Amino acid sequence: MAIGRVGVAAVPARVSLRARVGNLLDREEWLGPVFVSPALFLLLLLVAYPFCMALYFSVSNAFIGRPSHFIGIRNFVNLWGSDAFRQTFQNAFVFTGAAVGFKLVLGLSLAMILNQPLWFKRLIRGAVLLPWVIPTALSTLGWWWMFNSLYSVVNWTGLALGLMDPPGPNWLGQRYYAMTAVVVVNIWRGLPFFVITILAGLVSIPRELYEAAEADGAGPIARFWHVTLPLLKPVLGIVVLFSTIFTFSDFNIVYVLTHGGPINSTHLFATLARQVGLETGRIGEGAAISLYLFPVLMIVVWAQLRFVRKQAY
Amino acid sequence: MTRRKLTQRIAMHLLLVPFLIFALFPFYHMALTSLKQNKELYDRNAVPLLITKGPTLEHYTKLLWDTAFLTWTKNSLLVTVLSTFVSLVIGTIAAYALSRLKFFAVGTLGTGIFVTYLVPTSLLFLPLAQVVNSKWALVVTYPTFLVPFCTWLLMGYFRTVPKEVEECAMVDGATRIQALWRIVLPIAVPGLVCAALFAFTLSWNEFIYALTFTSSSDQITASVGVTSELIRGDIYYWGSLMAGAVLASVPIVVLYVFFLDYYVSGLTAGAIK
Repeated sequence: MAIGRVGVAAVPARVSLRARVGNLLDREEWLGPVFVSPALFLLLLLVAYPFCMALYFSVSNAFIGRPSHFIGIRNFVNLWGSDAFRQTFQNAFVFTGAAVGFKLVLGLSLAMILNQPLWFKRLIRGAVLLPWVIPTALSTLGWWWMFNSLYSVVNWTGLALGLMDPPGPNWLGQRYYAMTAVVVVNIWRGLPFFVITILAGLVSIPRELYEAAEADGAGPIARFWHVTLPLLKPVLGIVVLFSTIFTFSDFNIVYVLTHGGPINSTHLFATLARQVGLETGRIGEGAAISLYLFPVLMIVVWAQLRFVRKQAY
Repeated sequence: MTRRKLTQRIAMHLLLVPFLIFALFPFYHMALTSLKQNKELYDRNAVPLLITKGPTLEHYTKLLWDTAFLTWTKNSLLVTVLSTFVSLVIGTIAAYALSRLKFFAVGTLGTGIFVTYLVPTSLLFLPLAQVVNSKWALVVTYPTFLVPFCTWLLMGYFRTVPKEVEECAMVDGATRIQALWRIVLPIAVPGLVCAALFAFTLSWNEFIYALTFTSSSDQITASVGVTSELIRGDIYYWGSLMAGAVLASVPIVVLYVFFLDYYVSGLTAGAIK
């Protein structure tokens, strides 16, 4: 019975191959790399590689549809001769500083209110969080309409309350007002993250500490400075670091609301990089602009790894 | 409740009022505008806070029948569902490996994935702009920010599953993959739901990649369509624009209403983009 014997011989061979793979996958030193490799492959291909491409573009005179040559750091240096870039550099710090500062103060205040006993707690929390979940590009359209030069509801309200002189500011057409407008929208959209994270930090502070402080005669202000704030410090650190990098690299709000105008007064690195790199085609210069985000990213990553991860583990 | 406590509580609610107006007014105004008739919308003497001349659905019908809004929404759904699913699978196995298994360079890999989560998309979109102009480019690129996030979130959840539960199953003859599938994943369901919700929200809301990688009307997503196609030159159709912003937010609002607590816990765990 030759056929039967072949059949018998073939089956164990197949089983043993499967079993061997199965055995390997049962061992941590094999299963681990197999499980991590899809993520690793994806991130190398679509984060690390484009990042290296950005580095390459930034030291070349790349232009859409033309061969490029190595020109060293000329892009980075030449940018300083451009008014638009110098303005953008300044804007980025003003925008980030003002937005993160306000978000921190308002976020802390609102979190402390929400930490009190309240009616409809869930509903209120849902309302507070809403600006964070709605697509930013779309909600910014709503703000665009609210700041419209002819039909601004902000101005209408300001005039009705007697806070403004008619006709009220042209929010998106005057430089300082335009900057105020983009900062306000960024605060509006980023506040929920501060509130919810700080609230989680507040809830985790043990009641006994407040009771002990109260027993020692500390008033509400002293309790805030000597109990709440020191214990919140790690949480506040995380929130500010995260927010700094994402505010600094913001794109959506400025793009929809002002397109960087009037006269570049609200451009940020990301919006200017897009304008120079894609709309005018000077990819090399655009890449150099977006790489000015990198030092800030480095500082934030360094701080995160140093302080935050130590606490997470 | 004593009288003092009651007054205190009412005072707290009063303090909340300005914050709530700030958070909600833009949505109210958006919805209101989308329901107003044009003659009231462009009447500078009308009160902008209310509808006084009767509501209308004309902006919505115009949006649905005269523009490609339904196509944009379909594109958004396709991109979002596919990239969420892919990211969840890749993120789950990576998170399991990084939080549970011991192998070569596991610590470095974990740190590496965390760092890529912090790299803003605005740093990478220029070199990637060379890729083809298609919604499939979005399905491929969205996982670059969704996978690090899902991995990061799920690592936390997997660490809370006791190792012993899994070891028990393996002593009883299950392989490691069976133990993961039958024991660990069912325990980590809340984490998976949370990761899926956030991945869905992040990719639905994504704007800069969508704006860069898609341009023709049959490829763009809802947020790009509403912000670019509805604005023609200097003439703005404010009613339809606001109707588009409202409708394109509906899927997220529906999820949000049902899963509010997951959003809160995910945000606390560091979902920030």
